[in-house]
Amino acid sequence: MIHSLFLVNASGDIFLEKHWKSVVSRSVCDYFFEAVERATEPENVPPVIPTPHHCLINVLRQRIYFVAVIQSEVPPLFVIEFLHRVVDTFQDYFGVCTEAAVKDNVVVVYELLEEMLDNGFPLATESNILKELIKPPTILRTVVNTITGSTNVGEQLPTGQLSVVPWRRTGVKYTNNEAYFDVVEEIDAIIDKSGSTITAEIQGVIDACVKLTGMPDLTLSFMNPRLLDDVSFHPCVRFKRWEAERILSFVPPDGNFRLLSYHVSSQNLVAIPVYVKHNISFREGSSQGRFELTLGPKQTMGKAVESVLVSSQLPRGVLNANLSPSQGTYTFDPVTKLLSWDVGKINPQKLPSLKGSMSLQTGASKPDENPTINLQFKIQQLAVSGLKVNRLDMYGEKYKPFKGIKYMTKAGKFQVRT
Amino acid sequence: EMLDSNKDSLKLEAMKRIVAMIARGKNASDLFPAVVKNVACKNIEVKKLVYVYLVRYAEEQQDLALLSISTFQRGLKDPNQLIRASALRVLSSIRVTIIVPIMMLAIKEAASDMSPYVRKTAAHAIPKLHSLDPEQKDQLIEVIEKLLADKTTLVAGSVVMAFEEVCPDRIDLIHKNYRKLCNLLIDVEEWGQVVIINMLTRYARTQFLNPNESLLEESSDKAFYASDDEEDEDEKAEVTTLEKRKPYVMDPDHRLLLRNTKPLLQSRNAAVVMAVAQLYFHLAPKAEVGIIAKALGMFEPYLKSFYIRSTDPTQIKILKLEVLTNLANEANISTILREFQTYIKSMDKDFVAASIQAIGRCATNIGEVRDTCLNGLVQLLSNRDELVVAESVVVIKKLLQMQPEQHSDIIKHMAKLIDNIQVPMARASILWLIGEYCEHVPKIAPDVLRKMAKSFTNEEDIVKLQIINLAAKLYLTNSKQTKLLTQYVLNLAKYDQNYDIRDRARFIRQLIVPTDKSGALNKYAKKLFLALKPAPVLESPFKDRDHFQLGSLSHLLNAKAAGYQELPDWPESAPDPSVRNVEVKDSVCAERTVLTGPEVFSSQFHHKFFITIVLALLVESDSGSGSASASGSDEGGSGSESEESREETESEEEEEDEEEEKKKRKKLDMTKAKKQADESAERCCIINFDTFDMNKITSVFSQTIAPSGLIKMYELLHRITGEGLAVEYCFSRQPFSPDPNMVAVQIQFTNNTNSETKNLHIEDPRLQSGMRIREFAEIGLQPTGESVTVVIGIDFCDSTQAANFQLCTHTRKFFVSVQPPVGELMTPAFLTENDFKKEQGKLMGMNEILEKLTLGEKCVNEHVIVERVTATANLSRVPCGSDKECRFAGKTVSSGCLVLVTVTTKEGGGAQLTVNCEKMVIGTMLVKDILQALSQ
Repeated sequence: MIHSLFLVNASGDIFLEKHWKSVVSRSVCDYFFEAVERATEPENVPPVIPTPHHCLINVLRQRIYFVAVIQSEVPPLFVIEFLHRVVDTFQDYFGVCTEAAVKDNVVVVYELLEEMLDNGFPLATESNILKELIKPPTILRTVVNTITGSTNVGEQLPTGQLSVVPWRRTGVKYTNNEAYFDVVEEIDAIIDKSGSTITAEIQGVIDACVKLTGMPDLTLSFMNPRLLDDVSFHPCVRFKRWEAERILSFVPPDGNFRLLSYHVSSQNLVAIPVYVKHNISFREGSSQGRFELTLGPKQTMGKAVESVLVSSQLPRGVLNANLSPSQGTYTFDPVTKLLSWDVGKINPQKLPSLKGSMSLQTGASKPDENPTINLQFKIQQLAVSGLKVNRLDMYGEKYKPFKGIKYMTKAGKFQVRT
Repeated sequence: EMLDSNKDSLKLEAMKRIVAMIARGKNASDLFPAVVKNVACKNIEVKKLVYVYLVRYAEEQQDLALLSISTFQRGLKDPNQLIRASALRVLSSIRVTIIVPIMMLAIKEAASDMSPYVRKTAAHAIPKLHSLDPEQKDQLIEVIEKLLADKTTLVAGSVVMAFEEVCPDRIDLIHKNYRKLCNLLIDVEEWGQVVIINMLTRYARTQFLNPNESLLEESSDKAFYASDDEEDEDEKAEVTTLEKRKPYVMDPDHRLLLRNTKPLLQSRNAAVVMAVAQLYFHLAPKAEVGIIAKALGMFEPYLKSFYIRSTDPTQIKILKLEVLTNLANEANISTILREFQTYIKSMDKDFVAASIQAIGRCATNIGEVRDTCLNGLVQLLSNRDELVVAESVVVIKKLLQMQPEQHSDIIKHMAKLIDNIQVPMARASILWLIGEYCEHVPKIAPDVLRKMAKSFTNEEDIVKLQIINLAAKLYLTNSKQTKLLTQYVLNLAKYDQNYDIRDRARFIRQLIVPTDKSGALNKYAKKLFLALKPAPVLESPFKDRDHFQLGSLSHLLNAKAAGYQELPDWPESAPDPSVRNVEVKDSVCAERTVLTGPEVFSSQFHHKFFITIVLALLVESDSGSGSASASGSDEGGSGSESEESREETESEEEEEDEEEEKKKRKKLDMTKAKKQADESAERCCIINFDTFDMNKITSVFSQTIAPSGLIKMYELLHRITGEGLAVEYCFSRQPFSPDPNMVAVQIQFTNNTNSETKNLHIEDPRLQSGMRIREFAEIGLQPTGESVTVVIGIDFCDSTQAANFQLCTHTRKFFVSVQPPVGELMTPAFLTENDFKKEQGKLMGMNEILEKLTLGEKCVNEHVIVERVTATANLSRVPCGSDKECRFAGKTVSSGCLVLVTVTTKEGGGAQLTVNCEKMVIGTMLVKDILQALSQ
């Protein structure tokens, strides 16, 4: 299965290596570096790179390449999924998964990797099991440990490892019992030149933060469960109940976890909460181009559109852009030709706009491609699909938990062609 | 150094630095001696880090690494399961060949550990040892076989992984565990699910019939498969109705696999979803493949999901393009083409090239849009980007080949382009086009040749070859104008640096220029060069890989990766499905159940077995008489038996005598073994279960007890699980007087708690249909330390299905199940030799099972054979004239079917076993059990 793992940063240095079988020389990464060089963008590195004796499978997260070395047949998705799980675990432990965080916690990282794979096959990937084996570092614990000489490593087999609910440890205790659920929906859309929607889909997730004492058994029901046409669950969700009653019934893991991710298909009409008016043009023979962009809200059900960020890759021929925003700030990087405009909140009374001119390389001919505009935004208190949680009930424990639910809509891959 | 210090904190700090060095890839091997010393350190974190270090460098420093082995051996016996497991992990990860035997022993021991976590680690260790020393394979396969029988979800994934790495071709090991694996699947952790599903895909391909072969009547099977989600009963009913109409009926086991994997499509793990998808793709009837995302036509509604964003990584773009191209049809082609047009403007040039090829493929596949596509591509010829133009030329060339007559203007247009296009492939394509269709452009062609002759020396090789080609073709069609030019080009080529080009020139000159020597070929030159060529097929770059299992690395690379197991073709006829029948109780739950402590233990088969034997021995050593526990328990259950004894017939008394005789023999055997047994038994009582040395003890038992044919005690409730209440049961082989169709099960309760147990009774029996149970009268009070024995009757309906019920005390309820071995489902029948022959004559053909076997070492005489057969099954001996033959007869308890068994011995340890029984299942299972008993 997975032979070795190399962590490579953006500048191409291997800053961590771990081997689960015999040692594979890091020179195997040369094939990977070649592939990185060939790729125009960091994301374009092929995920699976065959080499004469090994196969390299990589994922790029937080500007770090996680390169796994494979020697024999294994489903590539298996490896990719596992690498993502590694990153998620690091994030869970250190808050962020950056090169600095990994280097600072190199021992914990190593202990984690040691537990997650045995002989290249996953052993413990469930976060609550790992946390019992290896306690996440906190400042307090570090201080205590140096004084008392106690360790970060658990001495007993985690209870979850042997139970039928491996995702939850026994003996959880809280003074404040609370369960929070975030319904977050992302709109993936392509809007064409004329402003009509070519394709739009909603990818939603329900993330939960559950801090409940004991072994609570929760059920979550929706007002309109039929909306969800493609769902995937955390292993804790009882599939049969969902099939039969469209109810989520589960014994939750302790802490943060993703309960459900779902998909609302392109078949359903998706409300697009923002429109973009644009006029980007280049004239033949002239070394100037016009750039005009106006944003406005639509179908937002009265909610404010916030944290709006516009970015666009301008054609290579553009030397510089001289623009003036009606609000927010913009930057243009003359090397990467990336224009980004941090708009902030859209005020329906005074629509934000960005206008001005672009200067082209002299003598260069008019670029034949028009840039696409990528949009990011957030709308609080709105699930754009209309999904609504009906109620949350708890069984199995006596206390009354505090329950909360939050909705949010975000732009996913939201693109406007010009 | 810090490592030598006495303080753990300093050691820890030192180890942390060393591990940081290893992580950075720096060599820390010279610290080996200093580090190894700390392997026995008390501080668990230091210990772990030392393990990390050891595993990394042990291979380089083999001698020093050996110093640490004893620590791990000690660790293997630690009462803490985590420490046992990690000791095994490290021990098996140290790649030092000398310790192979130690590893082997450790793995074997761990495979029967009571902690499933340790057993999981043992499964992981198997491939490690196998890669270190492939010669251990046979022994390891035995361990795999043992672990495959394990019923915990924790072990299942890991052992299948070991199976896949060590002996993927031993499909036979799966049979018995197939249904269990299917049922466990949903509760196995996600990584194990992937491995199991992939393995089962292969398994199913060898065991079941192709569901798509005989299914021509589409209409009927739709109704059938629509019922997929409905109740089992409905389905069964439908299957039976279908049976009448159609030859193909899906094996229920095949259906089981499909049904049990389906919910996993909702997994959060993409690898699991992919595994299920490929399983459906390879195994499901066509009509059902739809649920994984539907064959091509059914993807259509999702067309727009595959539209490409400028921010997608290139490889995603290319894949999406492939999907879009495959989805294109008359109805949607215009939208797709419009979409493609946007792609051509992209800044990503590789992607643009791929888009142009995609347009070409759409044009070839869909005749209606060929002209539109062609026009679009021709427009691209004036694109500023040379790459775009070049790619278009190549695609246009292919398209034109399909209908050149109508497109001479395009060819002319392209001829003009030769001045501007520099990309060799495109230039070569244009030249080929002009040469091929020179008759459509008679005026331009010679002019192009003139230009090319001028630039010949500066062209790339592929262009040069095409120039020669063009020259040859023109020479053949229009020799007047081009004769000299051709000569000139051929002369240039003759002195080219590239030998291919020189060869080609020489060859072509011989072929086209008539000389005295040139033979018959010359006449055919025109036919050779200007033959009609078949239009090329524009193919997907992703074709040709369907023979690989979907979702595998090999499939992705389109090359066989090491360790890839071919997906076999469906068999012509299905192998015997009964191989998957299992007699062991099927307590596996497909549903996720709420956590109950006992479950963790209930599945520890080996452990349970062990306890049974230990307890049997303890009983015996207590009584001190040396007689087998069988006799002890006979007396214990006397209450109900005294009545029965009245009904006993004369022949039964004969049987009694025989029993007596046996007991005497046992006595002899047992006294020999007793010393050892007492010793070990004692040890077991004292030592905590965690720490016993399993290997030693079990080996003692296998020597002493197995041959003696005791009545076996089975555990119903372990004393830990039962919170002090230990319950065992045995099949007393006495008729159950209240109901002769029931099997008597003798249950012994031992109260090990320090309080009284009250109101002991049975509740809520859950039985297979037809099965019945006669409960015992409630035991009001059981004082501490006392044992009570009762007898219950169960009508198993002549099946080995377990009878499940709840055992209740005044405080608790325990789920228990009684599982009868097939041999206990019968009661002795007394026949004469003639009767036996007569009855046997009636049970021929289907009802007779013949099996050859080799007798085990200890089966030296008739005596032992009789003993073993009667120990396996509750049968009586039938007199027989020949001393080479032993005959036994019995009746099934529930329905009274005769069971006849004959063992014929031959010279040299060979033997033949014949079982005649109307109930074939019983017959088959009995054969198996007896075979096992005799070949031990």
